[in-house]
Amino acid sequence: MLLTVDHVTRYHYDQPVRGVVQSHRLMPSLCAGQKMLRWKVTVSDGQMGGGFRDGAGDWVQGWTVLGPVNEITVHVTGQVETLDQAGVLRGHKELVPPEAYLRKTHPTEADAALIALAEGLTPQQDALAAAHAVSARVSDAIVYTPGTTTSQTTAAEAMALGTGVCQDQAHAVIAVARHIGLPARYVSGYLLVGIDGAAHDAAHAWAEVFIAGLGWVGFDPANRCCPDDRYIRLGSGLDSAHAAMIRGTTRGPGEESLDVSVTVLQSQTQSQTQQ
Amino acid sequence: MTSYFNEMYQGHSVRAPYARLQDWMTAMPAELRQMKQAEAEALFRRIGITFAVYGEGGDPDRLIPFDMFPRVFSGAEWAKLERGIKQRARALNAFLVDVYGRGEIVRAGRIPARLVYLNEAYEKAVVGIVPPKGVYSHIVGIDLVRTGPDEFFVLEDNCRTPSGVSYMLENREIMMRMFPDLFRENRIQPVDSYPEILRRTLASVAPQKCDREPTVVILTPGHYNSAYYEHSFLADLMGVELVEGQDLFVEGEFVFMRTTEGPRRVDVIYRRLDDAFIDPLCFRPDSMLGVPGLMDVYRSGGVSICSAPGAGVADDKAVYTYVPEMIRFYLGEEPILNNVPTWQCGKAEDLKYVLAHLNELVVKEVHGSGGYGMLVGPKASADQVELFRARITANPGNYIAQPTLALSTTPTFVAEGIAPRHVDLRPYCLVGERIELVPGGLTRVALTEGSLVVNSSQGGGVKDTWVLAE
Repeated sequence: MLLTVDHVTRYHYDQPVRGVVQSHRLMPSLCAGQKMLRWKVTVSDGQMGGGFRDGAGDWVQGWTVLGPVNEITVHVTGQVETLDQAGVLRGHKELVPPEAYLRKTHPTEADAALIALAEGLTPQQDALAAAHAVSARVSDAIVYTPGTTTSQTTAAEAMALGTGVCQDQAHAVIAVARHIGLPARYVSGYLLVGIDGAAHDAAHAWAEVFIAGLGWVGFDPANRCCPDDRYIRLGSGLDSAHAAMIRGTTRGPGEESLDVSVTVLQSQTQSQTQQ
Repeated sequence: MTSYFNEMYQGHSVRAPYARLQDWMTAMPAELRQMKQAEAEALFRRIGITFAVYGEGGDPDRLIPFDMFPRVFSGAEWAKLERGIKQRARALNAFLVDVYGRGEIVRAGRIPARLVYLNEAYEKAVVGIVPPKGVYSHIVGIDLVRTGPDEFFVLEDNCRTPSGVSYMLENREIMMRMFPDLFRENRIQPVDSYPEILRRTLASVAPQKCDREPTVVILTPGHYNSAYYEHSFLADLMGVELVEGQDLFVEGEFVFMRTTEGPRRVDVIYRRLDDAFIDPLCFRPDSMLGVPGLMDVYRSGGVSICSAPGAGVADDKAVYTYVPEMIRFYLGEEPILNNVPTWQCGKAEDLKYVLAHLNELVVKEVHGSGGYGMLVGPKASADQVELFRARITANPGNYIAQPTLALSTTPTFVAEGIAPRHVDLRPYCLVGERIELVPGGLTRVALTEGSLVVNSSQGGGVKDTWVLAE
């Protein structure tokens, strides 16, 4: 599938700030089923800083903006050709051992209610089946309902509410998977949504669980499926904060407001044959 | 009754390194001693060297007690220690490069994966990053105790930001001022080159992108930190700037410091700040002490951070058990210095032993430091023992236990005159392009009679440490 991405994040400050520093995870992962045809990230008035591929395989890029500025815009545009890999992350070079993804973090702490979701699962016998079950149970227990949680909500809190968004569901899958001994991580990326989908759904998040013998496998409890050719994978981390597409900070007292728009469109397959 | 090795006496004869101190000691009348002690205290006050004790309240500018009776090593004793310490520093750094790389030691089954990769001090963010010269821990503080003429044990390693070296330098300075004769009569190796060697070590690990004489700074959490005095002291002696997070900023690919002449690029940061606080964009987002964006500059080769983020996984008390294994695995050598036998409460059979022998053992928290969260079984009350039994049972993986060691003693000035008190030793090994160790270190002394806890935060004092030239 040929996916075209246009992702604009606009930061507005109520009074000029002296400077902005950001750390981005905004490049598509280098893996099977994702071919980057063109990709560009710009930051208004920004100076590109150090960039490197980290141990998890993500391209991390620093940016700085010298103030005073009232507003900055991060603009991502590009086109990626995708192929369905049935949710399995293949051909992805990384050095971080899976065991490192068993570590607990605050938003992915499993409480009694989350632990109860693991009841009867036998990951020692069939880890893949267990992971599928975890994702399905989370989809049922935390019903996708925008506006009921915030970016700070933990998996346990969303579980208590019974509602949440993709971030909450991914955190919950991670919490339960780690509880039953399966390494799990948070993945951020883009998703081609149907005509009925709202624009903000296109910036998406899901979970990956490590299955011995198979590797990292994606699970998207929000859509009750494994990632396929509608998905573009960008980066991963122990939880949403560690996998954030943009982490930033400002110098100066300006209060920040944020405006995000993301569109992911399917382009006509370019069947240009070169003569 | 345990017998302790007294470093000055062997039976009734004086051991060679202390030979000249015997006369000095006996010739000093009590009044002179008291006068000198008062003089020493006044000097420490004037210099301003004080030690704030975490969690104890009271006077934050309390002086750390200084004992004038030096602790002495012969050149031969030191030569062996030096080899052992350098060997350990090499192995610890090899381990760090490995576990943030391919993890061969884990793959080879020589250390459990969980102990390394689930460790709180393991920083996923630096996997795949090889710091300049392959050095993660540039200042390795190794805590040693002695139990006999030839018996030394490593109590723990400190790979992050070991403190106390300012006392090593100040203790010497003060002894030389007060007892110049002693330094004429004994051939004592100097330690005053430490700041210069430290500066050279830091400059030797300048980042790839540095193409000129590197600018080195010390990054401090600020004057509320208990070791702030040491930070400013070392900056002074090295002739480098002492900065706080707010004095530094990231622009483009580099880190700069604000100066009166405008921004100046910084190449090497000797940070005395924990990993969690150094960059809110990578670690704790609420940290106000660090430098936003620092980790991206570091990881792309624009600045060096000493010690490197992630170095702490090598000095964890549970990982400590495996240091002899590291020495064999990476260096193909046998350890010159021994570990103290250690029980890991996370292992079922060890836990059983520890709970059955709490009265005999020293129990420590895996991540604790400064002598807090520690049980000294033979000295503890029944209540304390039961408290620890409950804590260990609740979270066994958080505790290790070691036998109570018969720490050596050295003569120490006390109210009644001179008496033996227990001591340990922390030398500071510097690792950069070369591995260097100044002949000496910080000797800590448990001033309370019979006490085996030498931590300055628990009422310990310090002594000048001599290494004699052969």
